Amino acid sequence: MAAGTNTAPAEGFVRFESVQKSYDGIALVVKDLNLSIGKGEFLTMLGPSGSGKTTCLLMLAGFETATHGDILLGGRPINNIPPHKRGIGMVFQNYALFPHMSVAENLAFPLEVRSIDKDERENKVRRALEMVQMGGFEGRRPSQLSGGQQQRIALARALVFEPDLVLMDEPLGALDKQLREHMQFEIKHLHERLGVTVVYVTHDQTEALTMSDRVAVFDDGIIQQLAPPDQLYEAPENSFVAQFIGENNTLTGIVEAINGDLATVRLDSGDRFQALPVNVNAVGDRTRVSIRPERVETDSRRLPAGAHRISAEVLEFIYMGDVFRTRLKVAGNEEFIVKTRNAPDQTRQVPGSTIEIGWLPEDCRALDA
Amino acid sequence: MRALLLIAPLLIFVLVTFVSPIVDMLFRSVENGIVTEILPHSTSALKDWNSERDELPGEAVFRGLYVDMVIAVKRRQHTRVGSRLNYEAAGIASVFRKTGRSLRKVDVDAFVRHFTDLHPDWENRAFWEGVFSDPAAAGVLPNSSRTFDAWSQDFAKPEDPVPEDFVYVALAGELRGLDASDLSGFGQPYAGMLAEAARTIGRLDEISLKQEFLQLDSEWSAATLWKTIKIFSPPLTEAYFLNAVDMKKGIEGVERKSEAERIYLVIFGRTFVMSVTITLACIFLGYPVAYFLARLPLRKANLFLILVLLPFWTSLLVRTSAWKVLLQQEGVINDILVAVGIVDDSARLVMINNQFGTIVAMTHILLPFMILPLFSVMKTIPPDFVRAAKSLGADAFTAFRRVYFPQSLPGIGAGSVLVFILAIGYYITPELVGGIKGTFISNRIAYHISTSLNWGLAAALGTLLLMAVLLLYWVYDRIVGIDNVKLG
Repeated sequence: MAAGTNTAPAEGFVRFESVQKSYDGIALVVKDLNLSIGKGEFLTMLGPSGSGKTTCLLMLAGFETATHGDILLGGRPINNIPPHKRGIGMVFQNYALFPHMSVAENLAFPLEVRSIDKDERENKVRRALEMVQMGGFEGRRPSQLSGGQQQRIALARALVFEPDLVLMDEPLGALDKQLREHMQFEIKHLHERLGVTVVYVTHDQTEALTMSDRVAVFDDGIIQQLAPPDQLYEAPENSFVAQFIGENNTLTGIVEAINGDLATVRLDSGDRFQALPVNVNAVGDRTRVSIRPERVETDSRRLPAGAHRISAEVLEFIYMGDVFRTRLKVAGNEEFIVKTRNAPDQTRQVPGSTIEIGWLPEDCRALDA
Repeated sequence: MRALLLIAPLLIFVLVTFVSPIVDMLFRSVENGIVTEILPHSTSALKDWNSERDELPGEAVFRGLYVDMVIAVKRRQHTRVGSRLNYEAAGIASVFRKTGRSLRKVDVDAFVRHFTDLHPDWENRAFWEGVFSDPAAAGVLPNSSRTFDAWSQDFAKPEDPVPEDFVYVALAGELRGLDASDLSGFGQPYAGMLAEAARTIGRLDEISLKQEFLQLDSEWSAATLWKTIKIFSPPLTEAYFLNAVDMKKGIEGVERKSEAERIYLVIFGRTFVMSVTITLACIFLGYPVAYFLARLPLRKANLFLILVLLPFWTSLLVRTSAWKVLLQQEGVINDILVAVGIVDDSARLVMINNQFGTIVAMTHILLPFMILPLFSVMKTIPPDFVRAAKSLGADAFTAFRRVYFPQSLPGIGAGSVLVFILAIGYYITPELVGGIKGTFISNRIAYHISTSLNWGLAAALGTLLLMAVLLLYWVYDRIVGIDNVKLG
């Protein structure tokens, strides 16, 4: 699997080559998309609504045609192949289980249209149902099942004809939080067990981080960053990704100097500190410095050497169980959040007090403004 | 309770304008009070007449008939009962009309003299009033009381000194067969006077009103006339329903009408077959349109929907007349076909005033009722279903047949019920373009309501139509399930 690498396999199983899509002939919904997905990979397209991720999925499934460029599946261009001949399984957001058919009939449908004989059909249906732990539900109607059960059936139906590629369009969107988390693991395990290639679309970043080998963050029809979850979180390449993935503190200022690996940033409030220059190029550029809330130290005694120290006013303290969440005013920013683990030696900050906080330069990423 | 108040105006409106006419119609289809109401004396006397034997009813019946006719003529009701009985046996209406015209010629002086010769008090209106205000009068002499009351209340002027002749006839008829003991309930001097009149009433037996009536119209000697009156004297009758299914209540009981008279079953059958044809045509034409509309973006769909609804804003008559212009032999379509040379000028197509014309025009008029429910059902079918089917390997046709079509069935069901029920009771269009062969049962109903004035038969036909629709509705519910019908 391609997990853990930033470079895609040279010969991807699914490849988008300079794909563009426009619905009205003017505005491009997808702008010059190049993406290679390896066989057996779990790739998530993550982005806000309108970012083009679902359009990409629909083009891959064959329900939308690319305005420009090629989509290749197993090395073969599929632009002119109708959806039913692509052999791609798909799970829809609302499950799209046929309401007038029983569970077994729903599962048998893809086998029937492939003219698979009855005995084998029944076998496959039974195995698919067992795979999603829904044995014994053959005779039920979709309307008699709970949301989670319908989701499993939809999953089984997309897998029963053993496609090499399964597309999932926000399949867990309609489930409640607990069930969603449970299903995330089930889908992940199913993927590991079957070795099937999955392209998954979601706007939920937790889901994307939990399940994927790689995540493609979409915005404005462009992939902003394509990386495994850990890189995406820890090393966002631009402010959009930094803002979109996880929680983030932003301080805005101007690049004063760039010395190799470190840049000096002067904040609008006058404070100066050092940060990693990620996509700032020139001295004098405006920049947004991003610092993760859990990388800020509120206990000045524990600050290592080389850390930047700054005073902060405590505005709010929220007890959240496993973590404490403190809202501070730092360099004029009143939405500066610090997360600290709930440990015996942690201080609970008092709103109104002024404390000294600090962070390491390598945890600060100077990004585009 | 307050909620009930809110809907009260509508509820009252519906009760008054919808429920009560239906109840009234159901009642009219069996109601037959008119015969006993207008001919009370004759029908009660006819109870003793044996219709099996082929002989005329006795003198008592004719005396009753005389009294009934005099009152009916005064009230101008004799033609009504005549037309009512005419539905059952043609010709009776003219007998009643003719008799009513010349009823004056019947000589009943003997009846008057029978009483006045006995005692001069019988020429005294106050005395008569005394007789019939006696408590015993209503019980012992019911018919005479009713007749006297009718005369004194409806016909007599205050200054009239003596009752009219027919009151004497009524009393004479009723006194026959009574004796002093029957009349002893009356107070004096009435009991004595009545007993005296009754004792000598036999003298009047030689007077034959029967002969008088036969002279007015020899038809009164026809046994079938009397049998008809007797058969249709009960206040309720199944005759209208029998008539509506081409049967009749003959003298020997229920029987089928003669071949030439059987029309209603044929028209019912035709109405049904044509309504089914129209419904199928609407499905066939409306389904693709609704499918097309449901796939359009909402704004465009609304625009096209206005086109679908446009015919609703045109008068029904205009639309139907337009079909006349198009379809008639000298019409637009024939002209074009002839001009192009497809049809020879001498062989212009007959497309109107027959079943074809009715089917074409009604399909056009009822099409929106099929498209609208279909559209609203199709709009709720998410595009994901067809996409899912395709992604699972079904080609476009299979995806439509196995996934889309089954889910649009509730729309077909709703549209069909709507179109069929509207079609089966349709009136204006078949009337205008149906000719003779293309008319519906409702056209017969309208004929009986406004032309033949046989409301009972119209009500029976209407009731049968209502029953047919309810039965179909029930069958439909059993097969398809009314829950599966969605109007939107």
